[in-house]
Amino acid sequence: MSRPAVELVGITKRFGDVVAVDDLDLTVGDGEFFSLLGPSGCGKTTTLRMIAGFEYPTEGTLKIHGEEMGLRPPNERPVNTVFQSYALFPHMTVADNVAFGLQMRKVPSAEIEARVKRVLDQVQLRHRADAKPSQLSGGQRQRVALARALVNEPEVLLLDEPLGALDLKLRQNMQVELKELQNRVGITFIYVTHDQEEALTMSDRIGVMDEGKLLQVGTPEEIYERPRSRFVADFIGDINLITATVSGPDRVRLGNGQEIEVRSPGPVGEEVTLALRPERLELYDLDEPMPENHTKLRGKVIRRMYYGDAYFYDVEVGLDHPLEVKEENRPDVETYDMGEETVVCWDPAAVNVVTD
Amino acid sequence: MVAESVDLETRAERAESRRGLLIGLPTYLYLILFFAVPLVIVLVYSFATRTRTGSTALSDWNLDSWARVFQGPALEVSIRSLILAAVTTLLSLVLSYPFAYWIATRPARLRAILLVLVMIPFWSNFLVRTYAMKFLMGSEGPLSLISQLFGGPPVRILFTQWAVLIGLVYGYMPFMILPLYAALERMDWSLVEAARDLYASGWTAFRKVTLPLSMPGVVAGSVLVFIPALGAYVTPAILGGGRTPLLGDYIVQQFLQARNWPYGAALSMAVMVVMLIATVFYFRKGGRTL
Repeated sequence: MSRPAVELVGITKRFGDVVAVDDLDLTVGDGEFFSLLGPSGCGKTTTLRMIAGFEYPTEGTLKIHGEEMGLRPPNERPVNTVFQSYALFPHMTVADNVAFGLQMRKVPSAEIEARVKRVLDQVQLRHRADAKPSQLSGGQRQRVALARALVNEPEVLLLDEPLGALDLKLRQNMQVELKELQNRVGITFIYVTHDQEEALTMSDRIGVMDEGKLLQVGTPEEIYERPRSRFVADFIGDINLITATVSGPDRVRLGNGQEIEVRSPGPVGEEVTLALRPERLELYDLDEPMPENHTKLRGKVIRRMYYGDAYFYDVEVGLDHPLEVKEENRPDVETYDMGEETVVCWDPAAVNVVTD
Repeated sequence: MVAESVDLETRAERAESRRGLLIGLPTYLYLILFFAVPLVIVLVYSFATRTRTGSTALSDWNLDSWARVFQGPALEVSIRSLILAAVTTLLSLVLSYPFAYWIATRPARLRAILLVLVMIPFWSNFLVRTYAMKFLMGSEGPLSLISQLFGGPPVRILFTQWAVLIGLVYGYMPFMILPLYAALERMDWSLVEAARDLYASGWTAFRKVTLPLSMPGVVAGSVLVFIPALGAYVTPAILGGGRTPLLGDYIVQQFLQARNWPYGAALSMAVMVVMLIATVFYFRKGGRTL
């Protein structure tokens, strides 16, 4: 990681008795696209608001490019925010909205005009420069909000669920646009979202939060493939969580008594949770040849759901919950009917042992 | 088939508008009887002639009363009233805005309590409250006593224009606070955060965002204070002692003392027209800032 853009050390925010953010340590690198991901009320927005300067931390230090910022008012910080509700000034035109930050910083008016035009070109809204925000569509407002922040060339851009109000197709387009924009301008993005897909597709790194705590920080692959806790595993994507007891080195015993192979599950006798992605599981006919070193559980299909690009099966294997299996919808992948006997099969390396 | 459906639609729309009329009917009747009819009577009287004995002759129509509206003592009284009403409005605005802002930014439950407190004065009679103000401001009143207690001079403001101003501001302030509060309460505070985020200081954010967006409240409050202040009668009569006549006193004088009903009626109509024009202008201007 290059020199840090934002550093939070021991940041805590309390509202009365409520601890919104709890002893949070986080370093975001320069030029990084970093997402804070978590359910609503997890403290991700409060964290963002502290970086922006709308809330002051109760404890801890907050530095932007090495400079202490914790108690500085928002107008004296080298960051800009794209708000969840866009917060466009309804009494000003698009161009005036975008020019606002530059005017406040007393940039010469000729330069303001040029920069506003350039940024409106970037977001393809030059032709709407004289419109009022109320005359724009949701996607256009979103782009004005983005332009209004970017025109100031902030060192760090903070985005609070900026795509939340858009419909699915538009949101997916904007995800691509945002990522490309970030590559182009090279500004550090700190992106708050509760949408795991958004976080996975756009981020260089993700921090998963719950109940004011930062649970895990890592690349999208690390977060998805190697979740460390039950919460992270469960929050991101679909996952099977299986309770088991460690019965030896690389062995655990499942609830149905069967022993299976798991890489370094922990001390013998300890109860552990195994996390398994549905797409890492495969279904086989009972008499079909199967990969040799894979774990195999015999079961029965109790539900099949069609997702267009894939089938999801619930397979009853005698554990607390049926296992969810995702099989791609391809001509060479066999489909199973409800009630059919089958074998669920997986590579032991695909299993993650997570803490509670 | 098409023609028939158009016909059905027209009939449905007519039925709808008949129902609308029915709902509004009691109000229409009330307003016509007690508002429109008296207004027409006043208008008719303004063109009549005062007889030598002080009664009104409804036979001899002329514009004499209207000709006297914009000259002599009437003009002087009008200007004084306009200035007083303007100062009252301005003072109410300056005093009410911070308070309305403060209420609007409190937690919801406290806001409700504070609003009730603002409205409490309405629960007692305006006349009684004005007499209470008279007592407060009198040279033997509490204000004066407190001043003297600290070695100051006795307060002599009763029966001055200052007393009238204080009384008017006191009386009409809730009409300023409530619309201001209503405007500030539905304010989207993330806009202020956005302004702060875009390098505006607290004061600049207020000037560029909060104030323009609360203009509808400023306009409504100003109209609600300015109009009754311009026609105020009770407050100037009690607190001003009638020494410097204002429009309200002056018009009452025409009816009761001078017994010149046509002139009083013409003055009343003129004030109404001025207020109407001012209101329309003000709302248009206020509306544009949105």
